[in-house]
Amino acid sequence: MNKPHEAAPSLLEIKDLRVEFATRQGVATAINGVNLSLQRGRSLGILGESGSGKSVTARTIMGLLDTPPARVTHGQILLNGEDLLAVNAKRRRSLNGASVAMVFQDALSALNPVHPVGRQIGELYRVHRGYSRAAAKRAAIEMMDRVRIPAAAKRVNDYPHQFSGGMRQRIVIAMALALDPELLIADEPTTALDVTVQAQILELLKEQQSENNMGLILITHDISVVREVTDEVAVMYAGRIIERGPTAELLAHPAHPYTRGLAASIASEELKGQQLPAIPGSPPDLLRLPQGCSFAARCPLADQACTATIPVLQPVALQRDTACFKSEEVLVHA
Amino acid sequence: MLNTQLEQQPKDSVQGPLMEIRGVKMHYPVARAMPFGPRKTVKALDGVDLEIRQGETLGIIGESGCGKSTLARVLSGLEKPTEGQVLFEGQDINTLHGAERAQMRRNIQLIFQDPYASLNPRMTIEQILMEPFEIHPDAVPRSGRRAKIAELMALVGLNPDHLERYPHNFSGGQQQRIGIARGIALNPKVLICDEAVSALDVSVRAQVVNLLASLQQELGLSYVFIAHDLQIVRHISDTVAAMYLGRVIETGTYDQVYDRSAHPYTQALLSAAPELRQEPGKSRQLIMLQGDPPSPIDPPSGCRFHTRCPVARPSCATAEPGLDPVGEGHAARCFFPGPIGPTNN
Repeated sequence: MNKPHEAAPSLLEIKDLRVEFATRQGVATAINGVNLSLQRGRSLGILGESGSGKSVTARTIMGLLDTPPARVTHGQILLNGEDLLAVNAKRRRSLNGASVAMVFQDALSALNPVHPVGRQIGELYRVHRGYSRAAAKRAAIEMMDRVRIPAAAKRVNDYPHQFSGGMRQRIVIAMALALDPELLIADEPTTALDVTVQAQILELLKEQQSENNMGLILITHDISVVREVTDEVAVMYAGRIIERGPTAELLAHPAHPYTRGLAASIASEELKGQQLPAIPGSPPDLLRLPQGCSFAARCPLADQACTATIPVLQPVALQRDTACFKSEEVLVHA
Repeated sequence: MLNTQLEQQPKDSVQGPLMEIRGVKMHYPVARAMPFGPRKTVKALDGVDLEIRQGETLGIIGESGCGKSTLARVLSGLEKPTEGQVLFEGQDINTLHGAERAQMRRNIQLIFQDPYASLNPRMTIEQILMEPFEIHPDAVPRSGRRAKIAELMALVGLNPDHLERYPHNFSGGQQQRIGIARGIALNPKVLICDEAVSALDVSVRAQVVNLLASLQQELGLSYVFIAHDLQIVRHISDTVAAMYLGRVIETGTYDQVYDRSAHPYTQALLSAAPELRQEPGKSRQLIMLQGDPPSPIDPPSGCRFHTRCPVARPSCATAEPGLDPVGEGHAARCFFPGPIGPTNN
């Protein structure tokens, strides 16, 4: 029913993923049944606020969760059909970087401060492909050129602190792209950057994604960044995907009250001098998730059904799913 | 467009600025890289003039390193500028002492970016909100303070029954409301909001922006609103100043700066924000700037923006333009102000 275009096998398929964190106060459910799929050459935005589970999803795919306190209690993450949660550590290491790579938010802490950047990029070639020192350095310079670091050959021996924030993020992207991964995960890649530099980095990510026919997962809290870069979007709230579909269409006509509220609370020009239509309240405590829909307490449309049972993702339009009992109503008024 | 200008003129002529800074420079010495190396300074602010009018909001936009946060510290009297004057109701705040200085402090309050870091984790909300009255005992008589605190809680939309709780019991948005309650406790005239909503989640940010706007109406506050979120600044500001490397490079009303930007940097900055570019009915073309802002330790010669400017000419590297009028109440620091087309680098 939900797969009319079965032909292309998915690059990434996440099935019913659940992740918990043991905290002193109890067990926090960070991810609560996430299903996702991404085709090669497509880009997916994961949109959510802090605590929505978007970064935990990324870290789980990369195998970077600290376990404990985290624990994957259920689910599968299939990369080209291979379950990343079931592979052994050695296989995992060979996949990371080569098949799936990640760009982190904070470039300065993603780089090793005591090694020249060229050596850090080159290390990928040395470890994964057994290049010689000289060949790895040549490859590193080539990568630095590809992400448009000026005078790459001269700067290959510089240390991270000698680069500006934008250039550092380019180096992190160069490392991520070094082994031509099939899937690139970018976790808030531009949040720490200035807006003029953000524009450059988003442009670079888009261009590299389409040139190399990669799958791209872009994790962000910023609607406008998702709209700018991705083909599809999944909106997360309190550990669940509450809405997904083609980016432009979904953001223009949200079918979930949370997405609608987020889109409406943006300070657009027409709202100058007026109160912003804010979503009341704040996200739920992950230690004590409500019995029904996690958004019900803040939702203007919530009724008894919403507080009693959790709505599941259901098709609401072509290629679009929403987890809301009131989605029809929301769509009509959007 | 014309209407707004006409409406604003009487306002200008009736009231002088509540607060004004003139020729403010803030230079910080930097540790030498080598024992006998050259002595260097960071020119965080390098000749800034601005006005804050009664009951209005001045928005400050610019990238990191442009001096936004230093400006907040200088305006609030936390730092004494290396040069220049910070005038509050005509008096230089850095020449005040004793009771006068205390009075000035009451009138100018700060709201910080990180709400949790700005609240003492070991104090209850009641203790936090009581503190301003302990420092300024004549503000509210002892007997009236509890009632005043309950009133403040209600004013910022918090439950007055929660006064016994500690900051960690509150969400980020609620913590920022506590910070705002503390900021307005002494009935200040100016509230300086340095990235006050930037750390908040998107769904909560709008609530706090609404709170600030309604407090301004109720209490007649003036705001200096510093933020990197360009849409929020437009929403809340009457006038806007764009800064680059320690200088104000454009000032005007919000619509002059946003819709008729004259400085190439302002245009590039606004065009880089996807949220502004995506607005319906606007045809903002992305003006891609090359590289990052230069270091404020060695700012470029001439116009500081010439190294990244899409319309720079050779003369821009030698002489520095002044902040010259380009319209009524609208000024830009550029030899060649006016709209630039999209560039292909």
